[in-house]
Amino acid sequence: MGLLDSLLGRNKPAKANLDSLFALPQAAVTLEAAAGFKPTGIGAVCYRANEGAAFASMQADIQELLDADGGPAVERVQDSYGFTWLECRQEPDALSELVTELHTVNTTLEAHGFGPSLLCSVVGFKGPEGQTLGLVYLYKRGTFYPFAPLGDQRRDNGLELQIRGAVADDVPIEKSLERWLALWGAPGLS
Amino acid sequence: MTEVKTRFRGDRGLTARMGLVGVLLVALWLLFGAVLIAYTNLFFGIIVVIALAGAQWYFSDRMALASMRARVVTPEQAPELHGMVDRLVALADMPKPRVAIADTDLPNAFATGRSPDHAVVCVTTGIMRRLNAEELEGVLSHELAHVANRDVAVMTVASVIGLCAGFIARWGLFFGGGDRGRDSGPPVWLIIWLVSLVVYAISFLLTRALSRYRELSADRSGAYLTGKPSALASALTKISGDMARIPTRDLRQAQSMNAFFFTPALKAEHISSLLSTHPHIQTRLDQLAKISADLGRQV
Repeated sequence: MGLLDSLLGRNKPAKANLDSLFALPQAAVTLEAAAGFKPTGIGAVCYRANEGAAFASMQADIQELLDADGGPAVERVQDSYGFTWLECRQEPDALSELVTELHTVNTTLEAHGFGPSLLCSVVGFKGPEGQTLGLVYLYKRGTFYPFAPLGDQRRDNGLELQIRGAVADDVPIEKSLERWLALWGAPGLS
Repeated sequence: MTEVKTRFRGDRGLTARMGLVGVLLVALWLLFGAVLIAYTNLFFGIIVVIALAGAQWYFSDRMALASMRARVVTPEQAPELHGMVDRLVALADMPKPRVAIADTDLPNAFATGRSPDHAVVCVTTGIMRRLNAEELEGVLSHELAHVANRDVAVMTVASVIGLCAGFIARWGLFFGGGDRGRDSGPPVWLIIWLVSLVVYAISFLLTRALSRYRELSADRSGAYLTGKPSALASALTKISGDMARIPTRDLRQAQSMNAFFFTPALKAEHISSLLSTHPHIQTRLDQLAKISADLGRQV
């Protein structure tokens, strides 16, 4: 936001950046080779549901569209912070299909003018010893970060930093650690 | 690539009014400054006043927290509040401010700090008790918009001229009087004093207008950020209803903090709309209703 904008109080909503999401399948290959983490086939998009009929009908359209492929139904979950998660399931080895589904959600929101309401997308992974890991895509930054919940609102920072090193060449990593938002209870991460 | 659509609608009228007030303030400064330099030896005094205002801006976060007896809380101490702020700043793509809680039943919230990197958002225990999660989130998004708009800096700069004029109106007779008398016509110090009074009055009205416009624009950005203008509206009605019922002794203690409060802690009917720091509640509700209608429209 420019100085003039802040002087005049014109604080515009931040736009979402959808482009880097397709880098995920490549990162998954590296992740499996480097650390033995495999995709779980579960991914989710987190957004802020706006009030009003326009958003509700768009949301119903998205679900109908994604369910048309005959695969597992898309599930909609409301979290305790008032954000909505749209959970998509595919076969664990069909990561690019999963990413395409996530991308469809994003582009639909954006096409209806709700792009600023997108918070993040998560794709779930399981480690060799059963560790839970999510690669999170932050729309407003266009960057990824790893999130490894341990249950009971604790996270495995050591593992997160290890994963950061492993996938740093494949996806843009969020450099400022304070923006590595904790996503307790996100779908596919428990 | 296709043009990215957005539902956000700026308010040109609001921007224009804000710009006009800004231009008028600068013009007032130039005029007043020219008069002061030409006719008085008060230059040093003015520098001191500006330095004081600068210090007030620089230490705004500490002063506001201290005067409200608020304490900064860690994510462990207030996990839900932090979680809310975390998500809102991720949505708005801004640095996370510190989060503070003031232990008072006065239902209010404020944001302060010299820049978005040194900002604090503070809520009172009273507001947390009265509002539900969605409404509190609306209030937080309003405060975050103040941070993003750098309202502390803008209002400090805007208020400096009033401070200077007020300083001269009060002390100018002391410093400027006596030795500069001319042979004919009224004495210079009297003219300066009268000019200062007029400048003070005009700048007072202008800064109050600016403050009201910035409240409206913070409401606007906050509503677009959460996508729930109605939650913010319901918070407003709850709080302003509550504010009127609070005993006045508490309110007077908080008066100097008014500029950055979510709703003013003074009874609205006692101040005419021209003098108040916050727009009338109906104006704010009307704007939020309009945004709600915009969000509901099919595109």
